[in-house]
Order: sequence, then C-alpha cells, then structure tokens
Amino acid sequence: MTTLTRKLLTGNAAAAWGARLAGVEYLPVFPITPQTEIIETLGRWTEAGEMDAKMVLLESEHSMLTAAGAAAATGVRTFTATSSQGLLYGMEMLYTVAGWRAPFVLVNVSRGLATPITLEADHNDILAARDSGFLQLHCATCQEVVDGVLLAYRLAEDEGVRLPVIVNFDGFLLSFTREPVQLPDADAAARFLPTYDAGALAFRSGHPVSEAVAVLGGTSYSYFRYEMQRAAETALDAFDTAAAAFENDFRRRYDAVECYRMDDAQTAFLMIGSYSTKAKAAVDALRLTGTPVGLVRPRLLRPFPEAALRKALAGVRGVAVIDQNLSMGKGGILHTEVASALYGTDNPPALVSFIGGLGGRDISEGEFLEMAAIAAKAGETGDVPPPRMLYSQSELRQMRKFQAIAAVEGAERLKEEAEEVAS
Amino acid sequence: MSETRFKAMRDMPSAHLLGAGTAMCAGCGGLEAVHEIYDVLGKNTVFVNAAGCMSLLSIYPFTPFRGSWLYTSMASAPAGAQGVRDALDILKDKGRIGDDEDLQVVTLTGDGAAYGMGLSATSGAIERGLDFLYVCYDNEGYGNTGQQTSGATPHGAHTATATGESGYPGFKKDLFSIWAAHEPAYVATVIGSEPLDLARKVEKAATMTGPRLVIALSPCPTGWDYDPQLTAEIGHLVVKTGVWPLKEYLDGKVTHTRTPHPRAPVEDYLKLQGRFRHLFEPERNEVLLAGIQAQVDAYWAPLEESP
Repeated sequence: MTTLTRKLLTGNAAAAWGARLAGVEYLPVFPITPQTEIIETLGRWTEAGEMDAKMVLLESEHSMLTAAGAAAATGVRTFTATSSQGLLYGMEMLYTVAGWRAPFVLVNVSRGLATPITLEADHNDILAARDSGFLQLHCATCQEVVDGVLLAYRLAEDEGVRLPVIVNFDGFLLSFTREPVQLPDADAAARFLPTYDAGALAFRSGHPVSEAVAVLGGTSYSYFRYEMQRAAETALDAFDTAAAAFENDFRRRYDAVECYRMDDAQTAFLMIGSYSTKAKAAVDALRLTGTPVGLVRPRLLRPFPEAALRKALAGVRGVAVIDQNLSMGKGGILHTEVASALYGTDNPPALVSFIGGLGGRDISEGEFLEMAAIAAKAGETGDVPPPRMLYSQSELRQMRKFQAIAAVEGAERLKEEAEEVAS
Repeated sequence: MSETRFKAMRDMPSAHLLGAGTAMCAGCGGLEAVHEIYDVLGKNTVFVNAAGCMSLLSIYPFTPFRGSWLYTSMASAPAGAQGVRDALDILKDKGRIGDDEDLQVVTLTGDGAAYGMGLSATSGAIERGLDFLYVCYDNEGYGNTGQQTSGATPHGAHTATATGESGYPGFKKDLFSIWAAHEPAYVATVIGSEPLDLARKVEKAATMTGPRLVIALSPCPTGWDYDPQLTAEIGHLVVKTGVWPLKEYLDGKVTHTRTPHPRAPVEDYLKLQGRFRHLFEPERNEVLLAGIQAQVDAYWAPLEESP
C-alpha cells in the first residue's frame, strides 16, 4: 500500500523531487536561469542529509556533462540539469556521452537561444539536441515532470536501450509555476528503479575497460552509430513497457503520444510543451460549440513515435502544427517531423504550419481558435496555406514604438556628446 | 625526496606495461614519457584522455594499456576524471566496491588541451581539490594536426602557422606557474630522457592525494623537425641548456631537481631542430638567438646567484 503525498510544486521542484525519488547518487551541476532552482533544491537536500547524493558544482555545462557521463559509466545513478545556452555550451558532450551508452537523466528547462539573448521559453534549445543520441521526453505539467524523471531512468537503464534521456519542460511557464503534484511514494519509487547496474561498463581495478576509443574508418564508426540507432528504436517498446509498469505502480498513465478529445476529431492541434494546456482549453471551448477538435501531443520526441502519431491522426482532416521553434530558412521543426511520419499514408491530413511562442511570447485563446479554423478549412478544401508566424498588430505597433524611442535616444546622445565637445 | 625506490637506473621498473606497436611517430618523446610514467603508476589506473596525439593509442579494437581508458573531448578530460573519481568514491562509501577495486585516476592530454582549451576545466578540477594525476605531454604545438602554434610554442619556433623569418612571435606560456598558483598538492616538470628524475616525481605524486600535475616536455621529431634517433639527445640538451627546467612545486615551494652547471648555450639545443633552422640559415639571426639566450639566463640568474 502506498501513501499519497500531494504537494504544491513548481516544475523545478518537481524535477528535483524526481531526482530524489529516483535514488540519484551523483549530481554534477552548473547554474543557469531558469533551471537553477532545481540544483539549489537538490543542494539543500544533500547538505541537510535528506538525500544521499554527492553534489559537485562544475565550471561549465561542457564539464558537467562530461562528469555526468563518466560517473554513469563508472556505475552510479546520475542526474543533472541545464537550459538553453548551457545545453548548447555542452552540445559536444551531449553527442559524446550518448555514445558512451552510459544512462543518466538530464533535465532541460527550455529557454530561447541567443541572439537576442533572452530568458523565456521556446524549444530551439532542446531541438538542437534532437540528433545527439539522447532520448527526449517532453512534459507539459509539473506532475509529468516528477513522473517523467522516474520513467526516464527506467527507460535509460533498460538493458536494450542504455542511452541517456533528456526530460524537457518549459522555462517560466512551468519551471516557476506551482501546480498540485502527487508525489510518488518513496518505497514504490525505489522498487520501480532498483539499484543501477552499469553492467559491462564500470572502471574497476582488475577489470580493465576501454571506453569511447577512437575508430579508424567508416566500418567501425558506422557499426557503433547503427548500434545507437537500434537502441533508440528499441526505446519505443521499452517506453511502453516502462509506462505500463509505471501505471501499474502509480496509477498514472503516460502514452508516448497524448491524445486529448481525439476520438471523433476532424481537426487537431499538434504541439509539445506547456502551451498545450492552453490548446486543451481551446479544444474544450470549441467542443462546447460542437466543433470536433482535439489535441495530439508527442511526449516522446526521440525515439519519434511515428506509428502512434499515424494512429492518432488517422481520420483527422486538418492539423495545426504549432512549433515553438524556428529553423531559419525552413520553418517549424515539429512540422517537418510530423510530415515525414505521415508521408505515404492513405488520406493524410492537411498539415498547416504555425510558428508561435518564441521566447515566451504568449499564444492567445483567439489565436488557438483561429488556427483551428484555418486547419479545419485546409482539411475540407485540401488547400494548405503557407506557414504563418504568429504576431499581432498590437505587437508590431509596440515594436515600432521601441524603435522610435531607440532612434530618439541615440540621436539625443549624439547631440549631447557633440555639445560637450563644442564646450 | 628521501624515501624513493628509484636511487639509480638499475632500480627502474624492468617490466614495461604499455604495449608496443602504437600509432605514435618514431621517436615520440611523449610516448617515451608515458611509457615511463605508466611503469611507475602500474595498471590499476584509468587514463582519462583529451583529444590529441595520444588519443590514437587506443584504436578499436586494440589498446596498449593493461588498465582502463576513457576518451572524453579536447576540453573536458579533467571533468571526466572528476566523474570517475566521484563515482568510485560513492561506490566505495556505499560498500558496492572494495578498496581493492579502486583506481588511480589519470588525466592524459597534450599541450593543446592543457595550455589552452582545457585550462578552465583543469582550473576547476584543482580548485575543487580533485584527487587525480594530470599528465600533460607537451610537444609545444598542436602536433596531431601538423604542429600549428599552441600556447606552449616557444619564442621564435617555426610552426605550421608561424612560417615567417622570425618564427612564432609569442612566448611559451608558463603552465607550471599557472597550475602552482592554484596551490594543488603537487606540480612537476619532467622529460622522458631523464627517467630517474621522472620516476621519482611520478612515484611521489602517486602516493599523494589531491590534484597532482605533471608536465612532460615531449620532443617531437615530426613537429620539431629532427631525426627520430635524436629524441634522447635533444631531451638531454633541453635540460643542459636550461631551456626546460626540471622542478617541482610542493607545500608552497618550488624546488629545482636539476641545476645545469655549467649551462650549455641554447644554440646547442636549437640547432638540432628544423623548427629553429631559420635562426642559423641562410644566416645567423643573432638578435633572436641572443634574445632566447637572455630569456633563459634571466630565468636562472636568481637561482645561480643564491649561495
């Protein structure tokens, strides 16, 4: 019998609880907004002896990820967290440690990338890590964050997978938003995640291991890269198995693709991240008017759950793919991924691409309603409009004001300097 | 050092641990040093490597090491050592491994990583008091990519990116002092051609805890442009001329373990190497030669004046 503990937690606190309940032993960390609360929380627990883990503050994310991979390869359960510029600073090591096949969990709190430098959420950071070999689990609620960290360890440590996993959620929108969270029982969590065994890895005296050695030529290189691809593909079934075990132990179900009110839906929103909760509200509003709309949200982005997505979108006529990211010169990344999953299927839905929510820009209810209407029309007519970047007249007016102020300020300063020189 | 097991050459390890037939160049001074260091450290080691020449020691499916190996990246080998060391400590504390399964964690990088890209990671590891041994094989340039100028390149040397008549205009970075300024447990300079001095220092470092760092100057036939059979001779000359001082830092004090007396002129060392040929041909560059000699003289002056 498990005891139930309900707490009001931020996304960051939920991530820290996930690491604590997962029995994490090692915490190589580095601060960055909006993730820092995670490592501060874990630091408090380790210092107070409430969590039996060693925390080490590295001097960069690049070093932090190196230490994390090396510790996981030596045989301890390892957790770390980053965001945005930090994820990019460590990018070389994301690719590198994924190839070590040393499982650990990295939480990324999504934040827009420079330039311009900013603090609020979008998904270009996490999507830059798309091809690194890390698996990706995307969360939309604080409950999903704590549960997602436990699931991620189970998936990462699966003998057929052995790849590190990124658990992703949005900066500010979720990192600093308090939601009621049902904390998994500590004993049940310990049963769900038995002590990590590094298997054939692990550096020990009397047990020499050569890890991550160089290869010469494409034959060896391709072999190891294909092995990673096989492992990532295996992770699709492994995720379903882990999610079933989680549902059995904790009574919460996490499908690789979340479908919200999709049963008879003709039109769907398709997106990841916390703004999907606003999409759900829009779905509810539209359903009240009798419009058959739903939401499809991939939780798993790597491996990409293509079969589940095809199933989710079977019979749907129009889809608004909302990308909180932008691949310059191409468009929305999720849109491309979904299009490739649907290519060649019978009667695929019309996919309409929208870019929104960059750098934390809001996506309003009105915009959701309009996107649904455009997707529905595209589904009916088969006429797919070009990608649209969400931006309102009032925002443009605001920017014009800023530009006018900047111009006046600059001119004033030049005038003052000229007068100083003259006097 | 009073308690050394290396009192004379006959005391040096007779069994050689590092396998032969690696991809290193003939006459590699770095490999010479790594051989000697490994013989002293023994096989209960894990070498955490950064991108460089020595990354080609272990090429799948072969390794010359009897112990373990982890390749990381160019910049973050000390952080890799941090992860392995911390994990071993956690496992020991929890009784999941015994003390007999513990390893000496050794970072192995070239000068490109040590003097440049990896300096921040090294600084961080020292400031955190990481219990590890850092071995830098210093061949004074990015040797693995064809000897471009690095932070370790000496004044006046030709490199693939400094080909003018005066060679490299900058000066070799004083990594020994940079490391020593962190006040780690131990810092030493060594060279493979002085195996007894090297063995005593590595032996000392191996018995200590905390950050211990060793720079092995590594004569490089391909990068320095000389006949591979001259590696040992060039190694002797770089010490005799005082260009590479053999020294150690311990308990806040720097001690020279060899004071060349009399010091040979730097020319004796320079003229054997193609990277300095422009100092002698087509005509002698007296100004540059005098400048290099003056720099070495200035280094030794306070040591030679003291009684």
